[in-house]
Amino acid sequence: MARAVTRQRKIVNTALAWGIGFLIFFPILWTILTSFKTEAQAIADPPIFLGFNWTLANYEAVLERSNYGRFLWNSIIIAGGSTVLGILIAVPAAWSMAFVPGKRTKDILLWMLSTKMLPAVGVLYPIYLLCIQFGVLDSKIALVIILMLINLPIIVWMLYTYFREIPGEILEAARMDGASLREEVLYVLTPMAIPGIASTLLLNFILAWNEAFWTLNLTAAKAAPLTAFIASYSSPEGLFYAKLSAASTMAIAPILILGWFSQKQLVSGLTFGAVK
Amino acid sequence: MATQHSRSAARLMMAPAVVLLLGWMLIPLTMTLYFSFKKYLPMRGGDLGWVGFDNYVRFVTSSAFWPSVMTTLIIVGGVLAITVGLGILLAILLNQPMWGQGFVRILVIAPFFVMPTVSALVWKNMFMDPNYGLFAHLWEFFGATPVQWMSQASLSSIVIIVSWQWLPFATLILLTAIQSLDREQLDAAEMDGAPATKRFAYITLPHLGRAITVVILIQTIFLLSIFAEIFVTTGGAFGTKTLTYLIFQRVLESQNIGLGSAGGVYAIILANIVAIFLMRIVGKNLDA
Amino acid sequence: MFSNKSLHAATALSLVMGGGAFAETITIATVNNGDMIRMQGYTDKFTEETGHEVEWVTLEENVLRQRVTTDISTKGGSFDIMTIGMYETPIWGANGWLVPLDNLSEEYDADDILPAMAGGLSHEGTLYAAPFYGESSMIMYRTDLMEKAGMEMPKDPTWEFIREAAAAMTDRENDINGICLRGKAGWGEGGALITAMSNSFGARWFDEDWNAQFDTEAWANTINFYKDLMDESGPAGYASNGFNENLSLFQQGKCGMWIDATVAASFVTNADDSTVADKVGFALAPDTGLGKRSNWLWAWALAIPAGTQKEDAAKEFIEWATSKDYIELVAENEGWANVPPGARKSLYENPEYQKVPFAQMTLDSILSADPENSTVDPTPYVGVQFAAIPEFAGIATDVSQEFSAAYAGQQTVEEALEKAQDLTNDAMEAAGYR
Repeated sequence: MARAVTRQRKIVNTALAWGIGFLIFFPILWTILTSFKTEAQAIADPPIFLGFNWTLANYEAVLERSNYGRFLWNSIIIAGGSTVLGILIAVPAAWSMAFVPGKRTKDILLWMLSTKMLPAVGVLYPIYLLCIQFGVLDSKIALVIILMLINLPIIVWMLYTYFREIPGEILEAARMDGASLREEVLYVLTPMAIPGIASTLLLNFILAWNEAFWTLNLTAAKAAPLTAFIASYSSPEGLFYAKLSAASTMAIAPILILGWFSQKQLVSGLTFGAVK
Repeated sequence: MATQHSRSAARLMMAPAVVLLLGWMLIPLTMTLYFSFKKYLPMRGGDLGWVGFDNYVRFVTSSAFWPSVMTTLIIVGGVLAITVGLGILLAILLNQPMWGQGFVRILVIAPFFVMPTVSALVWKNMFMDPNYGLFAHLWEFFGATPVQWMSQASLSSIVIIVSWQWLPFATLILLTAIQSLDREQLDAAEMDGAPATKRFAYITLPHLGRAITVVILIQTIFLLSIFAEIFVTTGGAFGTKTLTYLIFQRVLESQNIGLGSAGGVYAIILANIVAIFLMRIVGKNLDA
Repeated sequence: MFSNKSLHAATALSLVMGGGAFAETITIATVNNGDMIRMQGYTDKFTEETGHEVEWVTLEENVLRQRVTTDISTKGGSFDIMTIGMYETPIWGANGWLVPLDNLSEEYDADDILPAMAGGLSHEGTLYAAPFYGESSMIMYRTDLMEKAGMEMPKDPTWEFIREAAAAMTDRENDINGICLRGKAGWGEGGALITAMSNSFGARWFDEDWNAQFDTEAWANTINFYKDLMDESGPAGYASNGFNENLSLFQQGKCGMWIDATVAASFVTNADDSTVADKVGFALAPDTGLGKRSNWLWAWALAIPAGTQKEDAAKEFIEWATSKDYIELVAENEGWANVPPGARKSLYENPEYQKVPFAQMTLDSILSADPENSTVDPTPYVGVQFAAIPEFAGIATDVSQEFSAAYAGQQTVEEALEKAQDLTNDAMEAAGYR
């Protein structure tokens, strides 16, 4: 009897969860489907779900018009570069906050987070002028540094909460065995922290990939990533739903696929210290 | 306890991050402060001299200022309420025994990977358009008049779009927290005949307190500066002008750097008020 | 493969540079509309002819404006050519931010540019941007629906007639709206329409002393007429419809009339995209008998920011893209209806082009718009659907947001006008006009 109830409950749960999951995913699914329609089918009334003539014409049109490869490459370099650089700077900081906490550690951490609240558009001119000064306008290096700085607080925070969960005794033991600080970080801490670091990497890669203010405003032809690519499709003349969908799919596909493949790693470390 | 040696080493290790962020904060902040006391109009020759607090007074007395603060708070509050509320429900559901949990999680997490610009474009054109949008078809199918989302339910539309983007984040963090909940405690309560609502209120919710705090903290930081969603959908019309958007209009559309910078300083003040408020809760909840 | 001209230019350049630099790579910022995208497709021809490579930065209109304005006012130097409009050109030209286009080659024939366009793209008689295409606005209407309604469109209708016709054509059952007009916030969107419309109602933005005029009867009449007309016969959600939204509505047969940019004529008569391609008629934008019509004047033009290292290559590109030869090139490949219109006199003298159904009406519309003298009462500013002062874009965006909120019923017309009046005066005071 009890077993039957559990089974029944499991069926209900499954149906409900799948239904809600489908609803949440639907806008993305609809975009992908629309990208394979003709423009006329894209706005057909009533809407067509699957029974249309699948076409690649929109993708061909987008590829012919834009140098997708370059946008993609720039996105990868900028998001990847800023994330790796951020991790390199954040690991030591987070380590020291987690294992040698001072009176002000908490304040410093919260202050770091508060720098993220600076409204970007308010400082567009100052930053733009600085970029001109240093000759790094429309360069990937400028964006790598700026996105690193934007995400650094999040990276430090994530790593800090993750490091704190590592029991101090292990480090003590290592120290007893005569490990130097460098060795301690490199051979004891880092391996234990790999899942946390992986998750941090992924989250910040996603955040940097999707950042659309600086990447749009500080680039022209050379360093423009996919956010700029999408800005050239957002409201052209006439019917454009299908082409917009194709461009959108192309802009989000790489990160969506990466996210799906690595979601286990992402999720396992994505706690921000929410779990004790 | 940490030795003196490791203490100074720790400072050294923290230094790069602190110095960089200090620079990232101070350099633009100083420049913003500098511009905010200037009459600086690029279209009229640039720097036209010092004007004291004129920009500050003008920005705060403009009829758009207080509505924009309200709009900002409504959007942040609305999105937080929706993502935390639905996030908890969704997390509880996903924690139940079911088939294909991994797959459902993949579906639920997906919106988080979508660029804000793309999600705003997709929602605006393909769902909320009053003539071609899917919602319009849906409403018509049920014999209702399609809602003119962008003009008549503008603020709700933006809250919906942004909530959709952030729901996965909230759900994931809350789900991890729920998974750490002691199953036996819940089962015992169930045995004792405690109804589901009581179990939720007395066991699950308190356990989630910390996770909810984290979700609110992290999301607020991002929500205070949302921009693309408004730029793409309403362009600041129909009462959707947030403080960030107002500053954008002053800086880039009016080309009044001084006025925009003063607005930037107000935004920093607002952000800090919110931050202090948040830190209070977080400080309590995150112990030391 | 090199033409004589480019050889000369190249030799001159290599002499100046002491040899070496021959082929350049120029970066062009442009808007993502149909004609510009078509031009990108022909870039290879330019590279073949001159050896110069072209990098395109194609952006949506609002992003483009924000991008190029930031870059030029900070002298960022990200672009060698910028696509700008009639509003920016004289202001930037006056600031010395653009390279004067006064020594264009003989064969380019700068005198062939329509005077209305050249005038709007000049400052103190010097041309600062070359028009790629020019436009005014006019009525595009469905001949079949007009007939069905038992009415006949005059060549130069009044707003009263438009209102009657719109009501008669509206057929909510079949999803046909009598009229589609822009209502979307933004000075270049709904702001352009309502300002041009207000001209015909005798309204103006400023009096001679730069006082805002939204408290006048004429403005109240304009907005009330617009709102009544659109509530009666307009599409759902018109308050957020801009050019693109209305274009797709018209192409899908959901509009009886549409008053918008003359360039739209080639899109609505193109059978590939439009379901009503063979049923479109054209007429001048309406008036109210006060002597001014409600059509605007605009051009998308190519300009060279001062300070670029690649001025010569940039000039070569501009001469190529806005030349008579380019028009011929497009005509050969895509037909005369698809050439960039409104820029050159010679195009309208071409017998082939005269066969295009909307050619004459486009020219008449352009010729009837006078930026120097666009309102019934005198004004201190130049421009038809804008006032060519740096502050206008910011103010007009705010004002049009208030109007759009009134269209959507979030506030009354009176409230919107009152707010518009206050914020305009406030901004003009801040800028030191008053």
